Amino acid sequence: MKAKIYVTLKPSVLDPQGKAIHHAVETIGYSGIDDVRQGKYFEVTLADGVSAVDARATIERMAREVLANPVIEEYRVELDSDS
Amino acid sequence: MKFGVVMFPGSNCDHDTYHVISKVIGQPVDFIWHRQSSIGDCDAVILPGGFSYGDYLRTGAIARFSPVMGAVKEFASRGGLVMGICNGFQILCEAGLLPGALLRNKNLRFICEHVNMRVEATDTPFTNRCQRGQVLSVPIAHGDGNYFCDQETLRELQRENRIVFRYSREDGVLDDASNPNGSLENIAGICNRERNVLGLMPHPERASEALLGSNDGRIIFYSLADTLAELAKAS
Repeated sequence: MKAKIYVTLKPSVLDPQGKAIHHAVETIGYSGIDDVRQGKYFEVTLADGVSAVDARATIERMAREVLANPVIEEYRVELDSDS
Repeated sequence: MKFGVVMFPGSNCDHDTYHVISKVIGQPVDFIWHRQSSIGDCDAVILPGGFSYGDYLRTGAIARFSPVMGAVKEFASRGGLVMGICNGFQILCEAGLLPGALLRNKNLRFICEHVNMRVEATDTPFTNRCQRGQVLSVPIAHGDGNYFCDQETLRELQRENRIVFRYSREDGVLDDASNPNGSLENIAGICNRERNVLGLMPHPERASEALLGSNDGRIIFYSLADTLAELAKAS
């Protein structure tokens, strides 16, 4: 089973990297782009035999305690058993 | 009285800090390895600058799980003096010992230069030798020093006079031009509510000998040493 974790800055936190990317893509001619926000993406492979319930609990805790800093970031977890 | 300087994998200001404490301030000091689960008989702990764990994930995010950080948290909760410089500040924020976070510099550049910081609070164990409004010339060297916290936390920091240093002009005036990294309200350093934990982005250990361009930073180490001497006398 695989888990995908998306970590993004809270809307209230400025993202200078996203701004730089936005500026760059506009400069090279992409139009109609209103905003770019940069985030992080993690793929975690769970050991065989871990139940979907346990996997979700573990990954949620890992996202909250390690992968994201709740002061500045939000996260979203997807398990491939979700699909 | 003894100082402890924590060494994480990737710390690179540990020896500078050790040097200043032992040779400039003239106080006993030990290194504390990050795998140690105790800080031994140290009376003040310094988390030095550097790039612990290569800044992977986020600055300070992995170091906060080191065995030594359990001991540092316990020490701080007993009122022990803890100072985090640069990466040390980032680790203290990640560990929840200080509020807020250090974001990427607003201009996205790694900045290595002398800045001026104004002392905003002198009622801390780290600044008791300073004058309020005193301006110290101290270098910064970081890519992620842009202090951020939510509005509620900011109001709390202001109300409790916990903003200890602000980036300023040489004459002490606060303006945007003297804010190198986009920090909220020019914040360069803050302390916790109990005032025994300090974090700051500038490097006082790199400005403690005139030969290095400034010795303004050593007043912070002298303040700490004074505090420890008084504590020792009282006990």
